[in-house]
Amino acid sequence: MASRLTTSNRAGWGFAIPGFALIAIFIVLPFFFAFGLSLTDQRLVSPNPTRYVGLDNYRELLDVTVITLEPQRDEAGELIRDEDGNLEYPKVRDITRSDDYPQYSGMREWFRWQSGQNAKVVIASDVVFMKALVNTLVFVMVVAPVQAGLALVLALLINQRIRGINIFRTIYFMPVVVSIVVVSLLWRFIYSGNDGLLNNLLDALTFGAWQPIDWLGNPSTALGSIMAMSIWQAVGFHMVIWLSGLQTISPTLYEAATIEGASGWQTFRYVTWPGLRNTAVLILIVITMQAFAVFAQINVMTSGGPLDSTQTLVFQAVVRGYGKQDISGGATISVILFLLVLSISLLQRWLTRDRR
Amino acid sequence: MAALSPGNQGVRLAVRYLVLILIALIFIFPLLFMLMNSLKPTEQLLADTSSLRAFLPVGDLSLDNYVDAFKRAPVGTFVFNSVLVTGVTVIASLFICSLAAFSFVFLDWVGRGILLSIILATLIIPFETIAIPLLLIVSKLPWFGLNGLEIGWLNTYRVQIIPWIADGLTIFLFVQYFKDLPSELVEAARVEGASWWQVYRRVIMPLSGPVLATGAILKFLVMYNQYLWPLIVVQEESYRPVMVGLGYFFQLNVAWGEVMAYLSLITLPVLAFYLALQRAFIASIASTGVKG
Repeated sequence: MASRLTTSNRAGWGFAIPGFALIAIFIVLPFFFAFGLSLTDQRLVSPNPTRYVGLDNYRELLDVTVITLEPQRDEAGELIRDEDGNLEYPKVRDITRSDDYPQYSGMREWFRWQSGQNAKVVIASDVVFMKALVNTLVFVMVVAPVQAGLALVLALLINQRIRGINIFRTIYFMPVVVSIVVVSLLWRFIYSGNDGLLNNLLDALTFGAWQPIDWLGNPSTALGSIMAMSIWQAVGFHMVIWLSGLQTISPTLYEAATIEGASGWQTFRYVTWPGLRNTAVLILIVITMQAFAVFAQINVMTSGGPLDSTQTLVFQAVVRGYGKQDISGGATISVILFLLVLSISLLQRWLTRDRR
Repeated sequence: MAALSPGNQGVRLAVRYLVLILIALIFIFPLLFMLMNSLKPTEQLLADTSSLRAFLPVGDLSLDNYVDAFKRAPVGTFVFNSVLVTGVTVIASLFICSLAAFSFVFLDWVGRGILLSIILATLIIPFETIAIPLLLIVSKLPWFGLNGLEIGWLNTYRVQIIPWIADGLTIFLFVQYFKDLPSELVEAARVEGASWWQVYRRVIMPLSGPVLATGAILKFLVMYNQYLWPLIVVQEESYRPVMVGLGYFFQLNVAWGEVMAYLSLITLPVLAFYLALQRAFIASIASTGVKG
């Protein structure tokens, strides 16, 4: 209520301004600055003045085209095959470096597929960025639902009324307070290819039939291994948030369900889940934001390798913005990352909106 | 009914505990591995990974790794830096954020709504998306210190502290808490002639124990575990915090025993702190989920 007693512009501003000013300088300003920098060629330290370059930075990151390669033929018009009987195609770099195709200049092959006799090749001006983009999206799309789901299962387990349950809650939450840097280093041991704990465990479980895998050194398992570890580390955090949601559901609803003779699943479906709606939306958005920001695990465990299979957007933003002092390049990736986070959060909100 | 016979119930209870214990093992084994192996020589550590011995305090146990870790790196400096940066930031953050929230909840002033909306809107900006432009900003910020005017905040304590003092989440937590306090308390104090500062200091702060604990714990976890930010703004050894100091152990030959000792050293205090205050820790995280 506005009254003479509570109205005071001087005290109001005076008390709020230190906090607001710090947020304005260190969060709001760099946020808008990122958009501005992404339109320039700013470097951390440079003798040359900064120039406005329009959308060039975005073009250099996002340019992708499909080109069609026809198989090579000899003078008689016959298809040339190599020793294994495979068709031979012109080299992509002969096209991207050719003066006949200036629009493809500087682009590299990202991936290709076969279309009849022709090969369709996707070329991108920044293949590493494209891989980082796809890896980050895969990371988010796997980690967000799996972590939220496992956290809910743990919360339901922990919500039982049995003796000693607090001890288990304390243990499940423990990795959350440990730094992700420490966790990543420990898991390098677990994932190690020649005497790693995981390989040894699988070896024991299969009575020696297991072939050891270098989990982080293999392009097809590296990202999955990092995802599993990230879920292990953070799942306790979201378990606690689900738990607080579970505890807001009135016990009388459960009593009513028991009286009505509802099965365990029916109780969950019609009593528990509806009561968790708001918690679910919050958890999904929070995990999504955290997953998009994946950095420390990559920096400690793989540095983006092997074969760029664990590159992520934040890791690339840091490699360029800090490592190569290319502030504008790093800022451009940051802007793309933010737009992704924002649009996915809005999409999640819309998909989980109240339809009443 | 068979399902309710005592024997059957005992089995079900045993199965429940078995599931809970198996999951607990999954969460605890890497930390157990770290602690046990910090006490073993590197050769034995590597040999033990092929058996359960990796998790047991067996063999040649000593604190040698800890001693060697201190010899290899300025561990004391790293710990001091982290404690200093974390302590100062937590205290400054509680003060500045609670003061702002107090003003937003209890006072009427022009611009209040807009400022609070801007602060809450920053909740959707992940720090990682502003790290690079912020790096450029802090590299050019001025500072008036003992040596007069300086330009650039890189390689200092202030660059690790000041940007982290105020944040939307802490202010939001205080705002939520203050809203549930009876406003009659404030009005009564004002009628009796208390200044706003006195109301904040004498009336509201003494009632704010729980939210101060929550804010302190959340900030503590963020600050002590800082990695990306000090990695890019601090190159000088004398200002490095513990997580960045880890890089020291990976130059040239890696002695895993020493690595485990260093990891234990920087993790154990946090784990002890957590185990001592686990109810408060868990309540802090839970409160971030309330009303989202």
